[in-house]
Amino acid sequence: MMSSIITIDNLCLWYGNQQALKNVSLDIAKKSITALIGPSGCGKSTFLKTLNRMNDLIPGVKITGSVQYEKTDIFDSATDVSELRRQIGMVFQKPNPFPMSIYDNVAYGPRTHGVKGKAKLDDIVERSLRDAAIWNEVKDRLKKNALGLSGGQQQRLCIARALAVEPAVLLMDEPTSALDPISTSKIEELALQLKEQYTIVIVTHNMQQAARISDNTAFFLLGELVEYGVTEMLFSQPRDKRTEDYITGRFG
Amino acid sequence: MKGKKKSFETAVHGVFLLLGLITVCCVLLITVYLIISGIPAIREIGLIKFLFGKTWASTAAEPSYGILSFILTSVYGTAGAIVIGVPIGFMTAVYLAKVASPRVKTVMESAVSLLAGIPSVVYGLVGMLILVPAIRKLFHVPDGASLFAAIIVLSIMILPSIIKVSVTALEAVPKEYEDASLALGATPVETYFKVSVPAAKSGIAAAVVLGVGRAIGEAMAVMMVSGNAANMPSLFQSVRFLTTAVASEMSYSGGLQRQALFSIALVLFLFIMLINATLNFFLKRTKER
Repeated sequence: MMSSIITIDNLCLWYGNQQALKNVSLDIAKKSITALIGPSGCGKSTFLKTLNRMNDLIPGVKITGSVQYEKTDIFDSATDVSELRRQIGMVFQKPNPFPMSIYDNVAYGPRTHGVKGKAKLDDIVERSLRDAAIWNEVKDRLKKNALGLSGGQQQRLCIARALAVEPAVLLMDEPTSALDPISTSKIEELALQLKEQYTIVIVTHNMQQAARISDNTAFFLLGELVEYGVTEMLFSQPRDKRTEDYITGRFG
Repeated sequence: MKGKKKSFETAVHGVFLLLGLITVCCVLLITVYLIISGIPAIREIGLIKFLFGKTWASTAAEPSYGILSFILTSVYGTAGAIVIGVPIGFMTAVYLAKVASPRVKTVMESAVSLLAGIPSVVYGLVGMLILVPAIRKLFHVPDGASLFAAIIVLSIMILPSIIKVSVTALEAVPKEYEDASLALGATPVETYFKVSVPAAKSGIAAAVVLGVGRAIGEAMAVMMVSGNAANMPSLFQSVRFLTTAVASEMSYSGGLQRQALFSIALVLFLFIMLINATLNFFLKRTKER
């Protein structure tokens, strides 16, 4: 396995009294795609949101265990959450562009982090939109409201927006579940291109999607990490009976 | 049986329609009445002389009916209330909608509701007994009853409308927008001001316009703290508003003076109509979102 960028050790998470993650330990390899699969409510989205501390926003969350990102503990009180989230970007299930122009959507992150000057921002916006494979579709209407784009375009814009702050990791929470098959395949292609430069962790309900694009797959069930390994192995020779049942469609 | 049910339904529909028409009729009646009774004096005095005349001396031997001082006082008074009230109300709304803990929020929101429920005569009374003497002492002016006192009272009176409407607008901002901003590494405060507030801007604009409407239409409280003399507006001088001009002379007026008061009411009415149109414009934009 390649060197890992995030190391999760013995992670437990409670929403109030309900335990949503149970002793999860896994390493996420740099510049690869890691897929998280499992039935609804298995904790995969919760796990994803722990990695950039978006779970902090939910009242009553308690977390034990450790998550090391580039050798630093993300739960350490000295960790700058804003900087962590800049480095670990996120794409949400439902495309959520801001109700602003396409340009302002992409420029929002860099501006927030202090990038000034039109030329510089223009550069970042173009590069990010190109990287997200949407530049050609929007280059003539950068000043138009982003809400006028189609769902698939909106999602690629959201990816561009996330790339604009130059993250190292991109977390994707079921990024294609609200999209049609053509838009989905575009996002999948895009993910495969992006892993040249970025580490991607993707939650998906779609096992074919996991099989198509990911290098490693983690199977979650009821808050537990049941099995984690190289995607081809996990799908062809699952070690755990529960994994086999799930990927062959016997439940979930 | 079926026919009976149907005719009952029709009857109920009719009753509802009739009750609904009461409101419409009232608005029409007031509008028509104001126009009819407001126009004669304007015609007699002359529109320009009426609107831009600087002296109001309705009871003088040679009466003069110029309402520029009232118009300007109402405009300045409202503008002053907006300048002071909007920042306070807006910040309070951001705090309540985004920052405050549920407990603090409950307490503060009920305080805001209470503020809205206080009768304007009470505002006037408190202003008269506390604010007016305080202004006299603080600014060393002969009389504290002034435009400034009215502005302070109005800015407090418009707070509830501004806060409530802004909070509603801010709370309606989809959480997804805020999540996206936070996930990009923006701090919560940056998120509120760069994402939540811009997304709620139509609603917040509507809140401001509502505040304008409340301020310009207020009579009782400003009459009690503004001294009520028909001067051209000046911050620390006794002034008279459009509303108070009508209220203070109506009881003893007659002839052209009385007709002129109707004309003032008509001018006020037109202001309010303009504000309502603006408000509807913003509310419609909010809905389209």
